Amino acid sequence: MSEKEKVKIASAKKMRDIMTTYYMDALTAKENNKTVAWITSGGPVEPLIAMDIIPVYPENHGAMIGASKMGEDLCTKAEDMGYSTDLCSYARADISCAVVKGGPLGGLPKPDMLICCNNICGTVLKWYEIQARYFKVPLFILDTPICHTGYTPEIAAYVRRQIKEYIRFLEQVTGRSFDHDKMKKVGQLALEGQKLWQKVLNTTASKPSPMSAFDAFFFLALIVTLRGTQTAVDFYKELVSEMEGRVAKGISSVPHEKYRLLWDNLPVWYSLKWLSNKFSDHNACLVADTYTSAWCSAIDYIDPDNFLDSMAEAYTRIYLNIGVDQMADQVLNMIKFYDVDGFVMHSNRSCKPYSFGQLDIMNIVRKKAGIPVLLLEADMVDPRNFSLSQAETRIDAFMEIIKQ
Amino acid sequence: MIKELKPFYTAVDDPAASAAAVKADNRPVIGYLCSYAPEELISAAGCHPMRLFSSKSDISLAENHLQAYCCSLIRGILEDGLAGRLDYLDGTVFPHTCDSIQRLSDIWRMNMDQAFFADVVMPAKLTTDSARDYMKTVLAKFKADLEAYSGNPITEDNLKAAIALFNRIRSNLNCIYTMKAQTPGILSGKDLFAVIKAAMIMDRKALDICLENLVLALKTAKPPKTTPKRIILSGSICDMPDLYTLIEAAGGAVVGDDLCSGQRWFEGQIPEDISPMDGLTARYTDRVVCPAKHSGNTVRGEALVSLARERQADGVVFTLLKFCDPHAFDYPYLKEFLDQETIPALHLEMDDQQINSGQMATRLETFIQML
Repeated sequence: MSEKEKVKIASAKKMRDIMTTYYMDALTAKENNKTVAWITSGGPVEPLIAMDIIPVYPENHGAMIGASKMGEDLCTKAEDMGYSTDLCSYARADISCAVVKGGPLGGLPKPDMLICCNNICGTVLKWYEIQARYFKVPLFILDTPICHTGYTPEIAAYVRRQIKEYIRFLEQVTGRSFDHDKMKKVGQLALEGQKLWQKVLNTTASKPSPMSAFDAFFFLALIVTLRGTQTAVDFYKELVSEMEGRVAKGISSVPHEKYRLLWDNLPVWYSLKWLSNKFSDHNACLVADTYTSAWCSAIDYIDPDNFLDSMAEAYTRIYLNIGVDQMADQVLNMIKFYDVDGFVMHSNRSCKPYSFGQLDIMNIVRKKAGIPVLLLEADMVDPRNFSLSQAETRIDAFMEIIKQ
Repeated sequence: MIKELKPFYTAVDDPAASAAAVKADNRPVIGYLCSYAPEELISAAGCHPMRLFSSKSDISLAENHLQAYCCSLIRGILEDGLAGRLDYLDGTVFPHTCDSIQRLSDIWRMNMDQAFFADVVMPAKLTTDSARDYMKTVLAKFKADLEAYSGNPITEDNLKAAIALFNRIRSNLNCIYTMKAQTPGILSGKDLFAVIKAAMIMDRKALDICLENLVLALKTAKPPKTTPKRIILSGSICDMPDLYTLIEAAGGAVVGDDLCSGQRWFEGQIPEDISPMDGLTARYTDRVVCPAKHSGNTVRGEALVSLARERQADGVVFTLLKFCDPHAFDYPYLKEFLDQETIPALHLEMDDQQINSGQMATRLETFIQML
């Protein structure tokens, strides 16, 4: 069986411990007189770290809900509250979770403020409005207009002004003044963390790959939630070291890696093990993905000497906030860099900005890279939109084509 | 039907013919999908702004670009574009709207071959000075894009004239709707729908005259006194004239709406006492907000209750397009606001092709009869 032959990734335990401590801190914030901010996954967390505010990520919580297979129940509860079943399952799960205090943690700690950046989608704007009404706490919106064909001077000026507004907002809500020296340090750590994450992801260009996208989905959490901390930097240094060690020893994620694949879109959180094993049984490794690489794609836009100001560009020019044709270019680059034989696209019902455009990207990839593409219809958290048997049939058929 | 209504029905029944007439006059036709499209600038550039509606044809070409969980209006319009039914368009403009239209913009740009294409990425947040300033720069850029395409500068006078024209159009639309609200029997719901929809399709100078004529005719009309149950519609785009007829058949009448393709689009005026570009900035920043934008956490709820009170509504019917996220997210809190005012509400899930009209008729009957 493929499971027994795998050499476990040692850093996984440390990761779990760090995340446990992180969530414990968040859940006990009130007792410790700490401030809690809920923030979107693409949101500017560094100033929060600089202000010693604990950042909590409803989307990361959504992933946990999905992985714990609690998504269907929470999404159904949101529907009972009047929310359409067609809405993003992260949002549905979080909205009902806040009311029923469900999920694997018994609910997230109450926010003192909400930070919403719409670089990933317009759904978060609505989701955070709902939570602002529910919790009756201040909401800050970082409005990052989409760069269909480029980052215009108009967009740059607007977002840069909003970064200043953000700092003023934080000062106002906390009653404390912003420490720009601390911010500098946090900015350096954030950049370093992202560069380390990039290094981790680059190791999977090796043949065989020391880890898979499924591992990346797990190890991603720290660069998302604790970006800008020493903890994240220290951990990723260890992970890089472990991966480089595995490469040196030829330790493969998939025991008999024959085929290399690229994954697109968010994970199918409740079916990771099944998907991983399914591909592994075909001797296929999902060596890379477009989702986890999004947390190191802004490196080039960050000015280490002026982190705060360059945040505007870094947060606006993320993978989901550019045109579909530019996304296709990035996919083609990844296909080359990781030397993959096929492309697996998760057509994620919950995520329109990620999923609409996939069909055009699929055609471009088929034409320009000449590799087979599989479209898997599912949802990231709500299992009702996933047919395991249908997925199995499709994966088998896809792998048959790859093997030719 | 009174003769003054005929031109509106002509436009609604054959939009392509309206476009052809404009093109024969040597004016380019620029299509748009959202009421945030700066029609005044398009008009001032000597072009014709034309709102696109799906022809409700079966989807086949759009299947290769947009999954089934995309709203039918957007898939339908893309289908029309790819099938060649929109070949009368010289270009299309995409103001920032919802996530789906945001991606349609890219897909359209990549697959449709048009002489003019523009993204107008307006701010999603409308509460700050920085957003207002950004809105102004976005409008200025669009103005420049139009000038480059048309080869003519948009002069201050052109723009002032366009603003005055659209203000008159808005004012007359409001007037007609107010008359309908005061005397529901003055105009059938189907007629009202045709007038409003045509106002987004027709050559605007012709529209201006037709609206003036209609207002005059209605002012002197002696309609039967009716006391239907007074209904407000709330939703995004409602392209279903039969809905109005069904409501009337059930003993109701639409006396106001909170629709993207209705009152929310033509309500208000562009201030004419400031510079034209400042006026446009004010208009697009301050107009009643659509749920894809943020102008406060409870603004839409307050506006809906205010509208319902002002029109003495007996009930609100939510006509929400399936897969329309921004509206679906707002629905529970809007319903809560209405519940607090004891204003009854009905939620109808709409589809562009609307196959289940029998079921809809029953639900409307039941709802209206219990008001």
